Amino acid sequence: MNTKIKAKAKAGSQIKVITGNAAAAIGAKLARPDVVAAYPITPQTEIIEQISKFHADGEMDCELITVEGENSAMNAVMAASLAGGRVFTATSSWGLVFMYDAVLATAGARAPVVMVNVNRETPGIIAVSSGQQDMISTRDAGWIFLIAENCQEIIDLVIQAYRLAEDYDIQVPVMVHYDGFYLSYLSEVVDVPVQEDVDKFLAVLKDQPERTKLIPGGKLGCGSHGILDGYLELRYKHVSAMERSKAKFEQTDKEFQEIFGRGYGGLIEEYRMDDADVVLVGSGSMCGTIKTVIDKKRDAGVKVGLLKIRMYRPFPSEVMVKALKGKKAIGVVDRSLCFGFKGGPIYTELKAFETQLDGSKMISFIDGIANTDITIANVEQMIDATCDLAEGKDVREVTWVSYPEAQEPDSEKMGGR
Amino acid sequence: MSEVRFHGRGGQGVVTTSKILANAFARTGQFGASFPMFGFERRGAPVTAFGRFSDKSVREKTQIYNPDILVVLDPSQRSSEAVFQGLLPGGMMLLNDSDNTINVSHDNLKKLGIIDANKIALEEIGLPIPNTVIVGAFAKMSGLLEIDPCCDALQDYFSGKKLSANIVCAKRGFEEVELFDL
Repeated sequence: MNTKIKAKAKAGSQIKVITGNAAAAIGAKLARPDVVAAYPITPQTEIIEQISKFHADGEMDCELITVEGENSAMNAVMAASLAGGRVFTATSSWGLVFMYDAVLATAGARAPVVMVNVNRETPGIIAVSSGQQDMISTRDAGWIFLIAENCQEIIDLVIQAYRLAEDYDIQVPVMVHYDGFYLSYLSEVVDVPVQEDVDKFLAVLKDQPERTKLIPGGKLGCGSHGILDGYLELRYKHVSAMERSKAKFEQTDKEFQEIFGRGYGGLIEEYRMDDADVVLVGSGSMCGTIKTVIDKKRDAGVKVGLLKIRMYRPFPSEVMVKALKGKKAIGVVDRSLCFGFKGGPIYTELKAFETQLDGSKMISFIDGIANTDITIANVEQMIDATCDLAEGKDVREVTWVSYPEAQEPDSEKMGGR
Repeated sequence: MSEVRFHGRGGQGVVTTSKILANAFARTGQFGASFPMFGFERRGAPVTAFGRFSDKSVREKTQIYNPDILVVLDPSQRSSEAVFQGLLPGGMMLLNDSDNTINVSHDNLKKLGIIDANKIALEEIGLPIPNTVIVGAFAKMSGLLEIDPCCDALQDYFSGKKLSANIVCAKRGFEEVELFDL
């Protein structure tokens, strides 16, 4: 009696059945951070519990600061990062909002913090439930945003995040996002990398010039302060670094594949896109379900594909345009809202590139808000509507898939509050 | 692929049951994926969990609406409409109950397993937490798993005396579950 978990594993790596949160915690451990600041919040709590255990068991040699709130968590890791340390923290929803000023300051200081954000609805309507609204509410903070589809991608992205954040040519904080509940609590098979491989993958950073850091007693301003031209210079450099991070992420993904045997395609993943006439654009856990439905639709002769966004900030417009150009119709699935716009946030952003798509038509789907499930039937409905659009039929621009009562948001309807 | 839906209450180990089974499937070279759905984490609140077990990797990240198998850890939910919702023809149900008379029925329910998992758990671990007994009983009823990978999977969740006591729980679940063809 000694059955081992069987799955294709790279020699030496360990196959485990773990949750998304455990994958994030192990990913952080493997990156060997110097300082971790920890404050729990549903659905992220398990990350903090796991890291606390690793720390208590002596498996993780870091300074673990159990802070009194998320604002302190971000300030602690920002400061430690500016002092030259490798840092990690994790949060979600209300926690992310409570650290918002520090999130902006961290980006402004170009402190290479890596943080996991387990996606959950934001304050506004109290809902302990999944949704990408917290991610959307911080998208202009100046961080690099990566989004994972499954538990394997969570562990892999946490490790890769350090190669982006700490790269001498980038030095921008990175947030790794994954869906609360649907991924945070999902137990599935994960190939856990061996420490030596992670060390090897991250070793490149040690060969780079040392980044500017605060030294006690040393006379050095670290972090950004400027007005007029000084401010413009810092902001321009920040925007430029984010643009550079696109190519860096492509490159990093290739190097990751060489060492770990898993590659994801870089900024976006294209699934059955080559001969696709219609495409769904999505991100996060919904993509697994969409792939399943695409296979079914393909068997029935429908030429449909998926474009999965892996890097959301900076917005990978160039590769998206290249992949989507000439497709007959595109349905963009948003798990959040873009107040002031009828369509979802990612739809609204992609719309800016519509003229480069050679006539592709676009529609917006809003689904998965507040834990509503992006079901197989919902995905089928979205694909069917996008096919209708491709055939020139009259299709609504915006569909709240799980809320049929909502016609296209309209000032004439649903009067009063 | 088998799709399994678990019904119970916070504190009964519903989530752990689904995790251990996913782990056990992975030990047979198959794939398992499970996740719970609940609002606030608290004891006594209804908890539903979903398990997908397959020889291919599981990509779907959606809840289960048409289960092949139901696992009910909380006997008070035995006749709940919500429990039977969407059960596929030829369906199975595993019920944790001290009463082993067949008093559940559904057109699509063809196989019923009943086990007094709370009693066994009290005897072996001293707590009325039925989850590991249910793991063993599930293996027997479903015919999808041997008992060995289930016991081995427990190593990832328990250690020391608790591990050996829970292995006994799983084995007793496997041996003592009463099966009925409906």
